Amino acid sequence: MAKKNNLELAVGLFVVLGLAALFLLALKVSDIASIGEDKGYRVTARFENIGGLKVRAPVTLGGVRIGRVVGIDLDPQRYEAVVILSIDPRYDHLPEDSSASILTSGLLGEQYVGLEPGGMDSALKNGSTLKLTQSALVLEKLIGRMLTNAVSGDPPPAKTP
Amino acid sequence: MIAALTRLGQSVLDPLARLGRANLFFLRLLGALSFLLQRPGLLVKQLHTVGVLSLPIILVSGLFVGMVLGLQGYANLVDFGATSSLGTVVALSLIRELGPVLTALLYAGRAGSALTAGIGLMKATEQLASMQMMAVDPFQRVLAPRFLAGFIAVPLLTGIFTAVGILGGYLVAVVQLGVDGGAFWAQMQAKVHFFTDVVNGVVFKSLAFGVAANWIALFEGYEAQPTSEGISLATTRTVVSTSLAVLGLDFLLTALMFGVW
Repeated sequence: MAKKNNLELAVGLFVVLGLAALFLLALKVSDIASIGEDKGYRVTARFENIGGLKVRAPVTLGGVRIGRVVGIDLDPQRYEAVVILSIDPRYDHLPEDSSASILTSGLLGEQYVGLEPGGMDSALKNGSTLKLTQSALVLEKLIGRMLTNAVSGDPPPAKTP
Repeated sequence: MIAALTRLGQSVLDPLARLGRANLFFLRLLGALSFLLQRPGLLVKQLHTVGVLSLPIILVSGLFVGMVLGLQGYANLVDFGATSSLGTVVALSLIRELGPVLTALLYAGRAGSALTAGIGLMKATEQLASMQMMAVDPFQRVLAPRFLAGFIAVPLLTGIFTAVGILGGYLVAVVQLGVDGGAFWAQMQAKVHFFTDVVNGVVFKSLAFGVAANWIALFEGYEAQPTSEGISLATTRTVVSTSLAVLGLDFLLTALMFGVW
């Protein structure tokens, strides 16, 4: 009888261990903590070019993560990218004239939306639109502009002899 | 001439017939599962055999695989100054691929071969036949508990393997090599998505591998020639076919889950 009990105990322990490992993977390793608690308010921002921005990219203000990108769409009339941001309701006093720009973390890192607070008293709320936006820096365009500048004059500053 | 043609035909027809038998075997196995509601004790015993007794190999291999990933990842990432993403590298490779696949391969070697040998020996010593004489269905009494136990055990073992592997990676990276612990976990959590990575990789893949590994092991045992050579041949075939099936299935599932069309 004791032996049978031991066997059942071992199996029970095994199942508990396995489930605990799965829970650990879910809670500690993956981002499940941020799923399901999307109670943030939605703010829309229009960009000319969003570069490589992806859904789920972080939205930061002053480097602090305050929300994430929940939707990216194209306005068929104005050919602008429409980015929907979900912002944590804890940060409900962001000025309405805040500006959004698409930035890159590091040289090769992923792109995210950075907000710059404005100066107005009225706050952003669900459904507001960010008026001031700055598109993503597209490296090819930048290099292209540099090349045209180099060709069309502006000789490099002459070295003093 | 005719004999050669016959052999050629046989070499096509035999595997086909075998495949057909394997599928019928699987259906009978599924049909017999409901018997376990009456006798859950049989399931517990098998869960001990295939699950608990496989734990040592799973724990040790998981730890070492994670530690190797930590070392290799560090050696390559340090050139780019990107060692903070070591957590992501270790976790994603374990969760998406190495955890489910290596667990299934180890399971085939540790438990699958034992299942085949056990069933084959039961057949050779005519235990299965005598059960049928006593109106006890060996599918209900012998095969179904083993199958369900394996089906439950493989995902649990995969979870344990993956978790221990990540712990091993942490030990090497943070404790040994001095990667920042906060960055290790934070980068991991930022990049590992619950549904696309953990559910697809660890849960769905291991469920599929569990079905494949146990199905093959039991079928090979049930089909084994009731001789000592037959059983040893069947055991070998179990390990070989399970490994091939798991790797092939893994490609298929990866293409379905993570493939970009």
